Amino acid sequence: MRTARAQSILWGVVGVLGVAALWELYKAVAPDEGVTVGSITVLPRTTDIAMPHIWDMVTRLFDPVTRAADADVLWWAVLQAAAFSLGIAALGWVLGVISGMLLALLMQRWLTAESAVLPWVVLSQTVPLIAIAPLVKRWGTNIHVGSFQWENWMSVAVIASYLAFFPVAVSALRGLKSPPQADTDLFHAYAAGWWTTLIRLRLPASVPYLMPALKLAAANAVVGTVVAEVSIGLGGGIGRMIIEFAATASGDPAKTWAPIFGAVLIGLLSAGLVALLGRGLGRFRRGEVPA
Amino acid sequence: MAFIATRGARAAAFTAAALGALTLTGCSSDEAEPAATGGDTGSEAPAELTAVSVQLQWLTQAQFACYYAAADQGYYEDEGLDVTIIPGAVDIVPIDVLTSGGADFAVSWVPKVLGAIEQGATVTNVAQIFERSGTMQVAFADSGITSAADLAGKSVGSWGYGNEWELIAGMQANGVTLADLPGGATVQQAFDMNAFIAGDIDAAQAMTYNEYAQVLETVNPETGELYTPEDLVVIDWNEEGTAMLQDAIWADSERLASDEDYAATTTKFIKGTIKGCVYAKDEPEAAADIVTAAGSTLGTSHQLWMTNEVNKLIFPSTSGVGHINEDQWSSTVAMALETVNPEGATIITADPPETAYSNEYVDAALEELKADGVDVMGEDFAPIEVTLNEGGA
Repeated sequence: MRTARAQSILWGVVGVLGVAALWELYKAVAPDEGVTVGSITVLPRTTDIAMPHIWDMVTRLFDPVTRAADADVLWWAVLQAAAFSLGIAALGWVLGVISGMLLALLMQRWLTAESAVLPWVVLSQTVPLIAIAPLVKRWGTNIHVGSFQWENWMSVAVIASYLAFFPVAVSALRGLKSPPQADTDLFHAYAAGWWTTLIRLRLPASVPYLMPALKLAAANAVVGTVVAEVSIGLGGGIGRMIIEFAATASGDPAKTWAPIFGAVLIGLLSAGLVALLGRGLGRFRRGEVPA
Repeated sequence: MAFIATRGARAAAFTAAALGALTLTGCSSDEAEPAATGGDTGSEAPAELTAVSVQLQWLTQAQFACYYAAADQGYYEDEGLDVTIIPGAVDIVPIDVLTSGGADFAVSWVPKVLGAIEQGATVTNVAQIFERSGTMQVAFADSGITSAADLAGKSVGSWGYGNEWELIAGMQANGVTLADLPGGATVQQAFDMNAFIAGDIDAAQAMTYNEYAQVLETVNPETGELYTPEDLVVIDWNEEGTAMLQDAIWADSERLASDEDYAATTTKFIKGTIKGCVYAKDEPEAAADIVTAAGSTLGTSHQLWMTNEVNKLIFPSTSGVGHINEDQWSSTVAMALETVNPEGATIITADPPETAYSNEYVDAALEELKADGVDVMGEDFAPIEVTLNEGGA
């Protein structure tokens, strides 16, 4: 068991180093102007602006963000931004999972609901994020209940949940409907009600379907958070940092990669957290069904 | 996920821990929004201050030094205002935010808003903060491009979304139509100048205060030194005669007409903002630092360059900062009526309504400022020399 874990960590490190080595290899081998067929560039340029050296990107992380007297070191600024975005993504994920589960339950309970709601669930994902984001923000700013005031980060969390709920709703519905007829008939024969059947049979049976969906939802929530930050202008997170640092894309190209590392970090962390959740549900997982 | 709790306690503990971690990080996120409130005027400001919000058209940067300096120096507070400065974003249209009630004022370019007004937005330009245009087209000196007429057949970059009108008007005035460009259109430009430096774009759109500096902050691989102005050719729309009015303060026309408090607030807000502009003119280094402290991550030399260039767009002022000059307004409107976009349409098809601009509020603010001895003309304005460092550091 221990050697297996050590091995998987080793392979993880090898994977990261492999990507870095490939990057440098391509940079060393391919021509500066990339490879073009006719006037179309099929392989990217390898100039230091287009592809900074790995070590330049890493050393840049240990320099301050700007020369301002109180500027943070870049890696710390990225880490703070990553934590901020991860927090919002997590909230979006929780909201998305809850609403996805509720929708799935609704659709499982009433067949009419399924035929009425499912098309809308699918349709909801065809609306581009950049159209939804300003609308959510606009609706939000009109919400004033007592001393409660809608904040920008809430809009971002809602947008993240909008992307996260979809895989959960669809997969949970499949999972809830997965017990074979014989099982449901047995529960019926025991005069078990819908509620008991749900708790004892359908929910446990849905776990193998749910786990991949929760991972997908986590990835969607992260993407949704980063894109929504850019879209509606929430400061403090990775998305905004990517836009801000774009101004130095030519003059300080290594800096523009720092928030991208931050985004990768969020992705890894959220995948890890969901995996942790999966361990808690281990006894229900008899093989996983791809979403 | 309540069903988990009915199963084994270990499972529940695991899940609760994971969920707890997620929600905890989610809750802590409300503290990290910088720059939402300008300067030190936070939510705990005294109750007698009037809460006012202004929607900017882009991220926190020295382009908006007037507003940030005014907030930081307490000029808004002096007027009895508690101003919240809302930075813009990629998909935020300031005029939409203004008309939907998300902000009391908006900062936007005039041609973009003229289009919105024709679509039904009831907004009024109450102060033309920038007298000059900061947009230009830059090319490398060896590209053979020296004027707008040379753009024919070249790949010409633009950000689009209403930022292209001066470029198109300038080309049109020199007999170049979009059909003369490769592919019959401008090239979509990103937020950086990489495509220009790599040679994918022959003539790139650039603001004097931002993208032009980005090029000058980049190492020229041929010399090993930073690019210099001598390496570049600049087509300045102010000189070509197709400059349009840019950063202006827009207010809600209907509220101006019906709400006396709002009208009074408008004058106060303009007054504070102009004082902020004067401060940025006199103390560019301090103003740049104020903007950086308000949440901008632009490099120090870049921020100072931007402050200095923005000062040049405001000062010296022909008729007082913010006053809308009739001739400039008319020529912007005339170009908006004549300039044909890629779809063959013009920005507007008819003259805008009279409510589209008003000097009433800005003139009142200027009177008060003059009485206070504030130099709103800046006749003796002299820009400073800013040395850009690599990467704008």
